[in-house]
Amino acid sequence: METGVVILIGLFFTVAVYLMLSQQLVRMLLGIAILGNAVNMLIFTNGRLIREVPPLIPENLYSPDVVTANPLPQALVLTAIVISFSFFAFLLVLAFRAYQELGTDGVNEMRLAEPEDDQTPPQGY
Amino acid sequence: MRTIIFRTIAPFLTALMVLFSVFVLLRGHNEPGGGFIGGLIAASALAIFGIACGVASVRRALYFHPMSVSAFGLFLGALAGMLSFFKAQAFMTSQWLIFDLFGVEIALSTPLVFDIGVYLVVVGAIGSIALALEEREID
Amino acid sequence: MAGSSVSVDLSQAMATAPVAAGDWLVVAPSLITILGGSLCLMLRKNTDLQPKVGIGFLGLLVLANLALLIRVLDHGVITMVMGSWLPPFGIAFTVDTLGAMLSLIGSVVAFCAGVFGAATIDNTGRRYGFYPFLLLLMTGVCGAFLTGDIFNLYVWFEVLLISSYGLLVLGNDRIQLDGAVKYGVLNLVGTNLFLIGTGMLYGIFGTLNMADLAQKVAALEDPASGTLATVAALYFLAFAMKAAAFPVNFWLPASYHTPNVVVSAVFAGLLTKVGVYALIRVFVLILPASRGYLSDVISLVAIGTLLTGALGALAQSEVRRLLGYLVIAGIGSMLAGLAVGSTLAISGAIFYAVHSIIVMTALYMAAGVMEMMGGSYDLRKLGGLYQKSAAFAAVFLALAFAVSGLPPFSGFWPKVMLVDAAFSDGRVWLGTAILVSGFLTTLAMGRIWIFAFWRGGPEGTPDGQTAPVTAGTAVSEAQLSGGAVWLPLGILTALVIYFGLQPEWMLELSTQGASGLVEPLGYLRSVFGVQG
Repeated sequence: METGVVILIGLFFTVAVYLMLSQQLVRMLLGIAILGNAVNMLIFTNGRLIREVPPLIPENLYSPDVVTANPLPQALVLTAIVISFSFFAFLLVLAFRAYQELGTDGVNEMRLAEPEDDQTPPQGY
Repeated sequence: MRTIIFRTIAPFLTALMVLFSVFVLLRGHNEPGGGFIGGLIAASALAIFGIACGVASVRRALYFHPMSVSAFGLFLGALAGMLSFFKAQAFMTSQWLIFDLFGVEIALSTPLVFDIGVYLVVVGAIGSIALALEEREID
Repeated sequence: MAGSSVSVDLSQAMATAPVAAGDWLVVAPSLITILGGSLCLMLRKNTDLQPKVGIGFLGLLVLANLALLIRVLDHGVITMVMGSWLPPFGIAFTVDTLGAMLSLIGSVVAFCAGVFGAATIDNTGRRYGFYPFLLLLMTGVCGAFLTGDIFNLYVWFEVLLISSYGLLVLGNDRIQLDGAVKYGVLNLVGTNLFLIGTGMLYGIFGTLNMADLAQKVAALEDPASGTLATVAALYFLAFAMKAAAFPVNFWLPASYHTPNVVVSAVFAGLLTKVGVYALIRVFVLILPASRGYLSDVISLVAIGTLLTGALGALAQSEVRRLLGYLVIAGIGSMLAGLAVGSTLAISGAIFYAVHSIIVMTALYMAAGVMEMMGGSYDLRKLGGLYQKSAAFAAVFLALAFAVSGLPPFSGFWPKVMLVDAAFSDGRVWLGTAILVSGFLTTLAMGRIWIFAFWRGGPEGTPDGQTAPVTAGTAVSEAQLSGGAVWLPLGILTALVIYFGLQPEWMLELSTQGASGLVEPLGYLRSVFGVQG
C-alpha cells in the first residue's frame, strides 16, 4: 500500500509545484493547499501504514497486544492540518483584499512595495 | 439565501448545532470529539445563522466580539496548564477531581478545561473569519 | 484513565520526581506572553489600558528570561517535559545557554518595541491589535528558542508566523497588502519544506526529540546517507528561506519596509534570527556530519548573501529598504560562521546574532525617528537632521559604525571572530567576503549619514544653510517630545556600546553556547538524565 500512496504523494507535489510556479495568486494558493496535503500524507506514510487496527490499549495492559496503527503521525498530521487550514484561510482573505485594493491577482503586477521606476540613490549634492 | 424556510429554520438549527457542539466537546476525552471539532461545529452554526439572519444579529447574539472569545479561550488553556505548578509537577500535567453527585461519578480535570479553551479559541477565530467574509458579501 | 481498578506503573513513561519551582522558568516566557497576549486581545477596545498591560507583560517577560538565563548558567541545561510525559514521546522544553541568551535578548528588543509602539502606534493600530500580536509573536520566538522538540519548533514557527502576518497588515494600507502577499506565501512555502524534512526525519528515526535525534544520528554507521542528505538539504533550504539567505531572500526587501516602522524593527531584529538559530541548532547539534559535507554550499550561500545584502543596500535610496538589505548582509555573516563550523566560528555567529538583533531593531527605530524629524524615508528628501538634534546624530553614527563592524561597537568583536575562524579554516574567500561586505555596508551607512544628517537640507536647498527647512508635522513633534521614542532607542544604543567596550561577558556566553552544541553531553544528559 505504501508504494501507491508514495506515488500519489509524488503526484501531489508535482501538481503543487506546477501551480505555485503560476503568476496568478489564486493558483499559487491552491498550489500551497495541495502542497500542505502532500506534506501531511508524507508524514502519515512515514509513520508506516497499518490498516484497521486503532491504537487502543486494553484496560489491564501496559502496551497494545497486537500491532496497531501508529498514533503519533496522526497527532502530527492533525496539528499540521489545523495550522495549514488556518493559514490558508488567512492567505485567502489576504489575497481577496489584495485583489480588491490592488486590482490584480498577478504577482508580477503588484509593484507597490517595490516600484518599477525606482531611482538610484543620490550620488552627491 | 434568505428564503422564508431557511430563515425560520436557521435559529432552531443553530441552537441544535451549538448544543451538539457542546456534547461533542464534553465526550472528547476518551471518545472521538473534543474542543477543536466541537468548536468547528459551533462556528459553522454561527455561520449558518449569519447567512440566514444577517451578520449584525449574530454579533448581537454573541454579545462578546469573537476575537475576545478566542482570547479568553487562550487564557483559559494557559491557566489550565498552570495548575500543576502547585503540585510540583511539570507544565500541563493533568489534575483530576473525581466526586460522586447523586450516585453518578463526575470526573473534572484540567484537560477538560484546556479543551474548553480550545473550543472557545476555535469558535472565536473561525467565527470571526466567517463573519468577516459574510459581511463582505453584503457590501 | 480515571478510577481504573488496575494499578498501572507509569514511572517508565512519566516523570515522577517533583519539579522545582525554578524549572518553571523554562515555560515562563511562553506562558507570560500567552496570558499577556490574550489579556490584551480582550482589552482591544480599551486603547489606553492596552499599552500599559502590554508593556507590563513584556517587562515581566524580560525578567523571566533573565532569571532563566541565570538559572541555566548556575545549573546547566534545564529540561521540562510537558504533561510529565518522558521524552522521546513527551514534548520536552530544553534550555541551554544559547536558547536562554537569545530569548533574553529577543525579549529586551520586544520590550523596547512595545515602548516605542506606545508613541508611534495610533489608536487604530491598537484596536487592530498591535500589542496582542507583539506578545503572541514573542510566544513563538521564545518558544522556538527554548523548545527541545523539532516538531514543536515547527509549531512555534507557525505561531510567530501567524502573529507576524497580523502585525504586517496592521492598518491595511495598499502597500502593506502587497508586501504581506509576498511575505506570506514564501514563508508558508518555507515552513512546509521544514515540515517535509521533519516528516522524513521521523520516518528514519521514529523520534522528534532533538537530543534523541542527536544520539541516534551519531550512532549511525553512515551519517551521510542519501535520505539524511535529503533531509539536511531540505532543512537548509527551509531555514535559509526563513533567514532570507541569498537565493531565497527576495521576500525580505519586498515586505519589511511596508508596515509601521516599529513592526519592521521587531521583524528585522527577531524573525530572520530565529531562522539562523534553527540552522545552528539543527546543523550543529543534530546533523553535524551533514553540516560537514554541506559546508561548501553553506559557504557559497554565505558569500552570496553577504554581497547581495551589501550591494543591495548601496542601491537603495529609501532608508527602510536599505536597512532591509543590511539585515540580509548580517545573515550572511552568521551563515559564514555556520559554514566554518568550529567552536570559534559558531560562537562568533551566536555573538553576531545577538549584535544583529539589537542593532537592526535600533536602526529601524532610528529610521522612524528620522521620518518624524524630516518627514520622509527618502534620502533625497532628508537633510539637516544634525542641526535638529546632534545627540540623535551621534546615536545614529554609533549604530552605523556597529552595523558596519567597526570598533568600538558591538559589531566589531563577532566579525573579528568570524574572519579569524574563516581564514584559519582556509576559507580565504569567505573571510574576504565578510570584510568586503563590511566595507560596502560602511559606504551605505555613510551615505545615509552624509545625506540625511550632514548636509544642510533636502535636495534643492543650498548647502550650509543654517535653518532646517523641513519641519515635522504636529503629530510627529508630539511623538518626539515624549520619552517613549528615546528610551528604547537609548537602551538599545547603550547595549551596542556596552557590548563593544565590554565584550568579555558576551564572548564567554556565546562560547559556552557554542561548545554546548558542539559537545552536547550536557544537553543529552539533561533530557535523558531524568530517567537515570
